Amino acid sequence: MDPIKRITKQQLFLPFFCLLIVLLINLIKSPTFFNIGIQHGVLYGRLIDILNRGSEIAILAVGQTLVVAVSAGTDISVGSVMSLSACGTCMMLAGYGVNSTTQLAVPMGIGILFGIFLGGLCGAMNGALVAKLKIQPMVATLILFTAARAIGLLLCNNQITYIRYEPYKYLGNFIPGCPIPTAIFVTIAVIAIVSILLRKTALGLYIQSAGINSRAARISGINSAMICFVCYVICGLCAGIAGMVASSRIYSADSNNIGLNYELDAILAVALGGNSLGGGKFNLAGAVVGAYTIQAITTTLLAMGVSTDQAPVIKAIIVIIIVVVQAPTFKEWIANTEAKRKALAAEGGQKA
Amino acid sequence: MKKKVLATIVAAAMSFSLLAGCGSQGAAPAETEPAATEEAAPAEEAAEAEAPAAEEAAPAADGETISVGFAQVGHESDWRTASTNSVQAALSKENGIDLQFVDCDNDSAAQLEAVRNFIEQDVDYIVIDPIVSTGWDTVLTEADDAGIPVIVIDRTIDDSDKYVSWVGSEFTNEGLAAGAWLKAYAEAKGIKELNILEITGTTGSSAEIGRTKGFHKYVDAEGWNLLDSQTGDFTQDGGQKVMESYCKSYAGKFNVVICQNDNEAFGAIDAMKAAGVSYGVDGDVIVISFDACTAGLQMVLDKQINADFQCNPLQGPDCLKIIQDLQAGREIEKQTFMAEPWYVSEDILKDISYTNNSGKDVTEPLVVVDAATVEAAY
Repeated sequence: MDPIKRITKQQLFLPFFCLLIVLLINLIKSPTFFNIGIQHGVLYGRLIDILNRGSEIAILAVGQTLVVAVSAGTDISVGSVMSLSACGTCMMLAGYGVNSTTQLAVPMGIGILFGIFLGGLCGAMNGALVAKLKIQPMVATLILFTAARAIGLLLCNNQITYIRYEPYKYLGNFIPGCPIPTAIFVTIAVIAIVSILLRKTALGLYIQSAGINSRAARISGINSAMICFVCYVICGLCAGIAGMVASSRIYSADSNNIGLNYELDAILAVALGGNSLGGGKFNLAGAVVGAYTIQAITTTLLAMGVSTDQAPVIKAIIVIIIVVVQAPTFKEWIANTEAKRKALAAEGGQKA
Repeated sequence: MKKKVLATIVAAAMSFSLLAGCGSQGAAPAETEPAATEEAAPAEEAAEAEAPAAEEAAPAADGETISVGFAQVGHESDWRTASTNSVQAALSKENGIDLQFVDCDNDSAAQLEAVRNFIEQDVDYIVIDPIVSTGWDTVLTEADDAGIPVIVIDRTIDDSDKYVSWVGSEFTNEGLAAGAWLKAYAEAKGIKELNILEITGTTGSSAEIGRTKGFHKYVDAEGWNLLDSQTGDFTQDGGQKVMESYCKSYAGKFNVVICQNDNEAFGAIDAMKAAGVSYGVDGDVIVISFDACTAGLQMVLDKQINADFQCNPLQGPDCLKIIQDLQAGREIEKQTFMAEPWYVSEDILKDISYTNNSGKDVTEPLVVVDAATVEAAY
């Protein structure tokens, strides 16, 4: 095989290729897009924005990939769970019913752990419904999709709870003295932990086998239901962490708006990463690249001054192209026409 | 078997979400109580002052309390909470009114259902804050046939005129006032060129349409340079994202940022802070905001926002007045625009003059924010 083919055959090739194309359009449109400078001691530029703003979707995509792989379904509750964990944290930190606070009721660490724990709890509930009761994932997660925001509102006493405490802003912004947005570190940490978990233990293999054929996996001695449950818990924890980042950015819990429609972006990221939504084999890196591709499109449209109302249309067109290019049927068709063309050329050569 | 389990779970889910919905409604009155007791004092005074009216009202209802049904939009923001609290405080037992409150959670079908329920129960008055502006003709005709007067607050109804009165804000005037203030302020400060960035609210909402229309009248008339306009969806995160991008696209080229609500302004200010742009009274960039909630006024007091144009959420007292007038058989206005103060940070200008949306030339005072104003805000 020639080297070009070897590169294009890589599973990660298409996701990266799509991201590169989006960035390339920017390079042609406005070269300043790639300017990165240091301003007031922190990195400043649109590429940094993409990495920073894409964090939540990337973290969600990690959990979503596992869920899709193991259960051939999607967890549509992640956006609402983000909002619930943010509300839980802010409620803990401010105390129930307090609208705005500059002093914390409990240490910040406890509040944040509580929020992430709430995320895990939601994941456990979804996991139990899907793994034990064998309910379709979309139906099972629909419960928290509708209820989680309402529970968040209850926790926050129907208002937006503000935590005006400087260190609470660190997670979604910058730690003083560090030029890189904290959210990027959080994303790296999440990806690293999950990757290690998948590679150093047999979990990754188990997920794939349970996803390809859960009955066969069970017969060969894998506790499929347990594996499925664990994946949903990880997904819930990821949603909790993403919720912390989103909440820290606005140092408040806006239960109506945190993580709104993020579940769709997370699912899209998984699909853009070349993962089949039918479960089975999965590619974590692809999903993460997919997440940053989505953010790159969003940032590009903002930078080009496309009105935010019309942006979804253009986003949709780009996504359609990316998905079509990656579809197996389309690839087959390309390969077939290529082969036909070659065959025709060969025939022509023979005649001449 | 599988289907049964599924059905049980779905039923559980529904009742769960229902429970959550009920819970939030249950929580609202609890939260209202302190506000209600606070407002009860002036309300009582008002009741005493309007004693003749009340006496007139009482016999009309045969000495019984007047029953009023209130179908509210939901509870999406502090502003809405303030609106709900105001109506609940004004239409209270002390004022001889038995109020039934339904929180429609932004579901327009549920709201129509709630209004139908009120008609069936034959309440004396119905108060609606319509979630959507159309689709009301049938149900309002039903109310009209049943002889129940309907009072519309805040948002408008476009496809029916079978309501007795509307109480709310004139968003276009808020936009016009912002334009008039900016013109006068720039003149007073000697700023020659205005390069404006706009962060609008949710596209298509009446607040967004009105505020944009009003402000753009001044932009066009004065030839100001409107660099860009993007929506921030009335959220802090939205304002922050849009401003982050603005700071890079128009670095050093802008000197005015106008946000269509306070939350967007908070986000935009955070983004400017991060980009090292100086803003507010002592900075290079003039920040204008709308809504004037407590946190927003605090920012005006801290000289971070130059001017904040209030959208008054306290429709309660006006609602009460309309009901009392109707009880007494007095004529009422089809539209009531609530008084809306304009808040500023600096004591440079006393008032602003502009032609309002109804074509009248008005001069309205500017309120310089102090600690007491913040304390009194909703």
